[in-house]
Amino acid sequence: MTETQAGTGEAMASPVAPQVPAIELDGVVKEYLANGEVVQAVKGVTLSIAEGEFFSLLGPSGCGKTTTMRMIAGFEDPSRGVVRLHGRDVTNVPPNRRDVNMVFQSYALFPHMNVWENVAFGLRRRKTPEAEIKRRVGETLEIVDLVGREKRRPREMSGGQQQRVALARALVNRPRALLLDEPLGALDLKLRQAMQIELKRIQREVGITFVYVTHDQSEALTMSDRIAVMHDGLVEQLASPREIYERPATAFVAGFIGTSNLIRGTVDRVESGNAVLALDEGGRVLVAEASHRAGDPITITVRPEKITISTEEPAGGLSAVRGTVSEVVYLGLYNSYAVRLADGAEVTVFQQNALDSSSTAERGDAVWLSWQPHHSYAIGS
Amino acid sequence: MTGKLGDRLLHGYTWLIIAWLTAPIIVMIMFGFNDKQSKSNTSWQGFTFRWYGELFADSSLTGALVNSLQVAVVSTVLTTVIGTALGLALGRHRFRGRGVSNFLVFAAISTPELVMGASLLSLFVSGNTPRGLATITIAHVLFSLSFVVVTVRARVVGLDPSLEEAARDLGAGTWTTFRLVTLPAIMPGVLAGALLAFALSIDDYVVTSFVNGNQLTFPLWIMGSVKVGIPPQVNVMGTLIFGIGVAIAIANAVASRRRA
Ligand SMILES: Nc1ncnc2c1ncn2[C@@H]1O[C@H](COP(=O)(O)OP(=O)(O)O)[C@@H](O)[C@H]1O
Ligand SMILES: [Mg+2]
Repeated sequence: MTETQAGTGEAMASPVAPQVPAIELDGVVKEYLANGEVVQAVKGVTLSIAEGEFFSLLGPSGCGKTTTMRMIAGFEDPSRGVVRLHGRDVTNVPPNRRDVNMVFQSYALFPHMNVWENVAFGLRRRKTPEAEIKRRVGETLEIVDLVGREKRRPREMSGGQQQRVALARALVNRPRALLLDEPLGALDLKLRQAMQIELKRIQREVGITFVYVTHDQSEALTMSDRIAVMHDGLVEQLASPREIYERPATAFVAGFIGTSNLIRGTVDRVESGNAVLALDEGGRVLVAEASHRAGDPITITVRPEKITISTEEPAGGLSAVRGTVSEVVYLGLYNSYAVRLADGAEVTVFQQNALDSSSTAERGDAVWLSWQPHHSYAIGS
Repeated sequence: MTGKLGDRLLHGYTWLIIAWLTAPIIVMIMFGFNDKQSKSNTSWQGFTFRWYGELFADSSLTGALVNSLQVAVVSTVLTTVIGTALGLALGRHRFRGRGVSNFLVFAAISTPELVMGASLLSLFVSGNTPRGLATITIAHVLFSLSFVVVTVRARVVGLDPSLEEAARDLGAGTWTTFRLVTLPAIMPGVLAGALLAFALSIDDYVVTSFVNGNQLTFPLWIMGSVKVGIPPQVNVMGTLIFGIGVAIAIANAVASRRRA
């Protein structure tokens, strides 16, 4: 449908010009004056989003996601820094002259216009010929599955339908990028999951760059090509969902994404490429490819599903820690164990219920926990 | 049982209130059809359409009505334009003087008409402004402005700010955004305010009587002829104005229901 098909493979990509990023933020800061005090909503964000990418800004409420997105759309002027769209500096260009469109959390559909008029609004502003408007609005309504609803007013539609009108109203303009601010936040869980799949399908179909703001980590993990995890006005980590999940860069990311265990210790020695942590209570933690020296204090994360629980001492070459089972929760697909270590720290372990649904350990049992060295991931603090 | 009785009492009470509210209107309409022979139009003497035929027989009455309509139309247009702008500003922006403006709007509504009329008169006199239709119109704009501001502001406050942002995002400039999105969204408030302004203007007596100079409006003419007897044409004109007002109110209600 679009001229600039991303994802059509390397064969199509021009070998001469390296692709210009769709969106670039360069040291962008946004300060507000609240009650005479300067508040930094965004404290310096630098990132670059590729053409056709599904890019998410993920973080807790108040971390600056909306502000960042509004600076891309042009509704906020950065206090410092530069915003570039396709290489062009648009820092001082008003929103009506930026080639991006936004899907608002409240949908912001025009209540006095029907679905057709809402969707045609952007094309009309550009003086598109009426025949082309007709064709493109029709096509877009087809993509979002709203054919036959053209004459409805927004308030006569369900939340999910309104959401799709909002999407169509933005998509029909074929923007260089689509900005979505928690677009599914007002929908119930079932509809939200259906719309996640739908959005992903539409994005693949039209090949437009999506910038997606959400505070829902599972949403970001399932939909995105890359995620920027934001915290307190800064990007803590920018990577693929897999990387963010398996190799969180900071304690904040580890804690915000899924369940994670943090274990602190001191590097005792380096042995066949692994740093070995000495723990007070005995046992060992092996950290692969660690560039640490003996004596360094470090913190590692390990995901609950990477840990094996056993009653016998595990083989060498694995991390091995002793503890006591303090809680067992049956969760269908897997069991969740809380294991208390000697120093009082609690470790969560997920163990799949494969053949035997009876748990391998009971409450109060003394157990060994073990995992591969490359599942220990050292984080900055 | 008590519930039924209560329902019935409530019904009866409601009808009583309606009767009380409409009795004067019915009397006004009725005496427009009174085939009166004497000077006064206070006792029923038979049915006639005569006064409808001779509606404009009294040129001074007709002149007063025309004055009133002129003042009402001009002041309503002015009030609606100024009041909508003010209502938008007060409902949306935080600016220096916003608190003072909000207070003045309220003060203007609660000022007794006598006070407003007297102070306007001294203002015009001290400014050497000749009194006439212009001063009446200015006075009417002043006392109805606050009502438009209040109805428009209520709409603006309830407006989703991202509506206008969405219009800008889709390529609309400031004026287009206002014309295609903001104005339609606040239109019910604007129309309600305009209706109020017209109604307040067309029947104002107190303030007008201070600033009219030698011009007569419809209410002033009626008050002047109370002693000699009010001619049935007044009833007819009142009936027509009432009919138009009701028609506009119904149209507004229907339109805003369709829009809302
Ligand atoms: N217009 C504003 N005036 C003052 N502070 C603001 C304004 N907009 C946002 N903020 C502050 O900036 C921070 C980030 O807000 P926001 O970008 O909306 O976060 P998020 O979308 O991640 O929830 C918050 O602390 C918020 O209170
Ligand atoms: Mg937000």
